[in-house]
Amino acid sequence: MYVAVKGGEAAIDNAHALLADARRGDRSVPEIGTDQIAEQLALAVDRVMTEGSLYDRDLAALAIKQARGDLIEAIFLLRAFRTTLPRFGYAEPVDTGALRVRRRVSATYKDLPGGQVLGPTFDYTHRLIDFALAAGVEPPPPPEAPVAEEAARMPRVTDLLAGEDLIEREARPADDAPVADLTRAPLAFPADRDLRLQALARGDEGFLLALGYSTQRGYGRNHPFVGEVRIGTVEVGFVPEELGFEVPLGEVVVTECQMVNQFVGSAEVPPQFTRGYGFAFGQSERKAMAMALVDRALRADELDEERTSPAQDEEFVLAHADNVQATGFVEHLKLPHYVDFQAELDLVRRMRAEIAERRERDANKEAAE
Amino acid sequence: MSAAVATTSTSDSTPAALETGYNFAYLDDQTKRMIRRAILKGIAIPGYQVPFASREMPMPYGWGTGGVQVTASVIGPSDVLKVIDQGSDDTTNAVSIRKFFARTAGVATTTRTRAATVIQTRHRIPEEPLAEGQVLVYQVPIPEPLRFLEPRETETRTLHALAEYGLMHVKLYEDIARHGHIAKTYAYPVEVAGRYVMDPSPTPKFDNPKMEMSPALQLFGAGREQRIYAVPPYTRVRSLDFEDHPFTVQRFAEPCALCAGTGVYLDEVILDDRGGRMFVCSDSDHCEERRAAGHRGTMLADGTVDGETTDA
Repeated sequence: MYVAVKGGEAAIDNAHALLADARRGDRSVPEIGTDQIAEQLALAVDRVMTEGSLYDRDLAALAIKQARGDLIEAIFLLRAFRTTLPRFGYAEPVDTGALRVRRRVSATYKDLPGGQVLGPTFDYTHRLIDFALAAGVEPPPPPEAPVAEEAARMPRVTDLLAGEDLIEREARPADDAPVADLTRAPLAFPADRDLRLQALARGDEGFLLALGYSTQRGYGRNHPFVGEVRIGTVEVGFVPEELGFEVPLGEVVVTECQMVNQFVGSAEVPPQFTRGYGFAFGQSERKAMAMALVDRALRADELDEERTSPAQDEEFVLAHADNVQATGFVEHLKLPHYVDFQAELDLVRRMRAEIAERRERDANKEAAE
Repeated sequence: MSAAVATTSTSDSTPAALETGYNFAYLDDQTKRMIRRAILKGIAIPGYQVPFASREMPMPYGWGTGGVQVTASVIGPSDVLKVIDQGSDDTTNAVSIRKFFARTAGVATTTRTRAATVIQTRHRIPEEPLAEGQVLVYQVPIPEPLRFLEPRETETRTLHALAEYGLMHVKLYEDIARHGHIAKTYAYPVEVAGRYVMDPSPTPKFDNPKMEMSPALQLFGAGREQRIYAVPPYTRVRSLDFEDHPFTVQRFAEPCALCAGTGVYLDEVILDDRGGRMFVCSDSDHCEERRAAGHRGTMLADGTVDGETTDA
């Protein structure tokens, strides 16, 4: 005899209790602290803050812990928290030219004002598993950089090019121009560049990486050079309406990538370099670079280029870049669908029966003839 | 929405502890106002997909965030909420959403269709006819009925604006030419109030006729796709068809094995690996009510079978 499927509520509660237990893991192993995550898994925290659109290291570290290290789940947690926060205004634009630089590299010039600053990077490491880390060997104290006399003098490469008029000029929008915000207004197409950049900044690193990569392999090629990648600390300012002047909100660590791309020119515009722009919280170099490639690819219409490839297709890219949306919809397939499946079963059975009937009829007819 | 239907509070579980630190029904009032505007616009233009700035919700996209936002925006303290998924109140996602509102809004919940003022649903319309004053909130995954014929939003919006639905008719015609049937068994497209073609959400087409001239307000929320649409009470909802291939709904050969109900949508339950199966009501509340009224199906644990002696 059939017992109707019951007890969903108790099952859910039990599943969540199991989750909490699995999250803790073997109790003989010390529990990880969120401070350890924030300090020692810093790049995971950076990614979660970037795609979660919320700059809060402690909260991101907690989200990573709660998500058992599943970064997309952690991003989701941060987003769901963010949506409940009051919105009291928009920050002033940050001046990345005034970044207190921890790392800055350019692929277009061997040397340049401010120099190449490698900073903490995986680049040029040999990817050999370091067993000393497992043994818990303390690293030697870091090398001290000589105090730079002209720390502030690190002009952006794109500004150097602009001095020669070799790169496109970007019109500075009016100070009171509205800022697109896809967390407050539904995404609509065609999208302007501010909205596209916001969507890309929140977009999934893996998705943007693959799209950026595809432009390098001929699907919307845009001849990129890394004009500059810079990582550093910058102050965020805000003008409260009741005060009327800017007050500092705090400092954030950011990564900026300015791609310099070839452009052959058009009837109106002489040949010049064009820009692709990437920006992320923390040290998120891969994300910023991929974003810059995709930003440039999405400017196809604006630059009179033929749109032939996925990375140039605004609706395709923007509609699928958000991993919180993507993971939700992909994973919802595990929800029950038996009502719809029943409807399909019924149709398939009916159509198969009709075909079998027809075959039989034909066979009988042949036999009779 | 106020409780327009006489109800007894039929909370089906011990009242959950109210979540502190959040607004009534989770969403802040600014957001609710924005969503209510979208709902009102949707009601004013039946079947038209209104874009809205969908919020991140504490449940995943694709799991009913659109429906949850709509419910959160229309529900009031005196409402009685029912949540179903696949017709049943006891499926995991329905339980989760019902709990969410019990916790964030403290509203009474019920499993009885008649007792509910707001019913949120995924994939079904209750068998019990709805009444005036009730609101049916559908969770919608892909609101655009033309999406799988034309992937571009800019294109489909133009097609709707021009009421250019040739693509859809050609698709349905091709199905008939190729298979002898319209091969669409759920999310079967409807025309609303003689104007917009609308996706009824992935309800089986069996449920389509229930939408026609329904006394209840029907609201549709698609969170990930940022769309809300509506069918006001007593609105014409016509399933697309052809004169020589009229719209028909699924029929089941046997009655519900538990309550002997006929003319209802049934789920197939596999009993063993030797082809044993049974069919039971998809609408669990309807099935329970019938059993409580004394109807007996062939596989109900206790004795007498309905049909021979009493009504089926």
